[in-house]
Amino acid sequence: MSQPVIEFHRVTKSYFREEQEVPVLRNFSLTIPPGKFLAIMGPSGSGKTTILNLIAGLDRPTQGTVHAAGIEVSQQRESDLARWRARHIGFVFQFYNLIPVLTAAENVELPLLLSPLAKRERVKHVQAALGLVGLSNRIHHYPRQLSGGQEQRVGIARAIVSDPTILLADEPTGNLDRDAAHAVMALLSRLHQELNKTILMVTHDPRAADHAQEILHFDKGTVN
Amino acid sequence: MTIGTLIVRNVRRHTLRVVLTALGIATVILAFNLIATTVRAWYAGVEASVPNRLITRHAASLSIHLPLAYRDRLASINGVTGVGYANWFGGVYREAKGFFPQFAVDPDSFLDLHPELHVADEERRAFLGDRRGCLIGRRLAALYGWKVGDVIALKGTLYPGDWEFVVRGIYRGAEPTTDETWMLLHWSYMNERRQLLDPDRAGTVGWYVVRVADPSLTGTVVRSIDAEFANSSAETRTETEQAFQMGFVAMSGAIISALKLLAIVLNGITLLVLANTLVMAVRERTRELAVLRALGFRSSHLTALVTGEALLIALFGSVLGIALTIPANCLYAVLVSAKLGNFFQHMNLYPSTLVLSASITLCLAVCASAIPIARILRARVADDLRHVG
Repeated sequence: MSQPVIEFHRVTKSYFREEQEVPVLRNFSLTIPPGKFLAIMGPSGSGKTTILNLIAGLDRPTQGTVHAAGIEVSQQRESDLARWRARHIGFVFQFYNLIPVLTAAENVELPLLLSPLAKRERVKHVQAALGLVGLSNRIHHYPRQLSGGQEQRVGIARAIVSDPTILLADEPTGNLDRDAAHAVMALLSRLHQELNKTILMVTHDPRAADHAQEILHFDKGTVN
Repeated sequence: MTIGTLIVRNVRRHTLRVVLTALGIATVILAFNLIATTVRAWYAGVEASVPNRLITRHAASLSIHLPLAYRDRLASINGVTGVGYANWFGGVYREAKGFFPQFAVDPDSFLDLHPELHVADEERRAFLGDRRGCLIGRRLAALYGWKVGDVIALKGTLYPGDWEFVVRGIYRGAEPTTDETWMLLHWSYMNERRQLLDPDRAGTVGWYVVRVADPSLTGTVVRSIDAEFANSSAETRTETEQAFQMGFVAMSGAIISALKLLAIVLNGITLLVLANTLVMAVRERTRELAVLRALGFRSSHLTALVTGEALLIALFGSVLGIALTIPANCLYAVLVSAKLGNFFQHMNLYPSTLVLSASITLCLAVCASAIPIARILRARVADDLRHVG
């Protein structure tokens, strides 16, 4: 059996609000092998997004350990984590989070600025990523000139352009109509099947979750 | 695309806000440059000083004169290579406002000791040969429209009576700092009238100008001169020409200090204006910056983004401010001259002043960016990703 790409070991995560401890994850363990497409569902505040943040090193566990893409995420320094994220993590956000003053191509190129690639190589990668999401004809468009579905596809192109080990998608269809949501999910499925990407997707939408290989139902910090 | 592209695009997001901020900076730079020019004009005499020239005057006060007989004793002191003398004439042209520096001098030695006063040989000879003649600076000539051959009528204040002098030459300054507003008269002509009107003060000079062979000998020569006349009826105080000029500047010390303080306050305003703009800009982009961090951008990248934006706005403001300063300084010089006559030798705007103002502004931009940078780096990325701006 291959080495897991993500491993949570007895992870507890609590937040403090006005000195009151609010537990989000309780003694949570999870192992995800490479190439898995996993959907995480659950009510708001159940800790779904916290899992993505812990994997990406944007947050640290209160107790326990998180391993991802070869490192123990919870033990790294911030600067090392940033370098590691640039190489191994791709993010897809609910609200796309494109930079409005950059074109589609420039938004997709952003993660590559952190790589040693030359300008010409970066352009090739950007064109390939935008081609993969079907937006070759929109490379010079600004986000305001794109529909919501197209913006999210640019967001996905940005997430995959550096060929990361893990793709984290936080409600990728949460802000889209049904057709656009379907197109985005079809794209994520294709990325999983053709590129064998490990994808963790948080969603409220059962139709979106149906595209995943497995669905985890979360409630009050534990898996049901 | 580069980080620089993103910096430029960020600056262009809110054109009106950036233009207003740059205009604020430009106004501060304009005011700073005019203040710096004024302060520098005060120090013009100090800047024009020559290191191997000394001034010997009465130890008690400049208003008490020294005997002319000191000239030969000064010339015999070791290290002294030239001695000249001068009196403050203090005449008024037409009205009290028509005041400019007039010195009654020993023409030959004075011109020899002041090689920075360039005068044509023919005009020099004409001045030396006419006891009623005078030599005037180029700026003074331009101010009153005087030319060679004109007669200047002055009303004496220290040496009462009506005086007439014929312009025999117009000198040019060798350096931009050389004062071109002087009028040089023959001491012997002035002394001749004084013998009639005020015989007790005849044959005395206001101060001696002493040239030393080498600036390194200055200290020794100063001590030797003052020791030579110690315990006499007219003890001397000798100092470098620069220190002598500084004495005059010190009389306006409070005003100069106030101007310098004002310049510091102005730079404080730049800091606040820039910091305010940056804090607003960064607050609006809280989520974008969090996204960049989630993509792997490090603290150094975010610092470069914010500092670069601050520097670009400051540079824009600086260029605008310098562009405004150049015509404004010309207008300022005209207004100052109209109000104060020749109180200032010149209101020259130096490139170093412009460079200083721009450099201070750019340094302040770096300081101003520290506040939003600290806020970004302190914040949790996970929290900022949820930020709704």
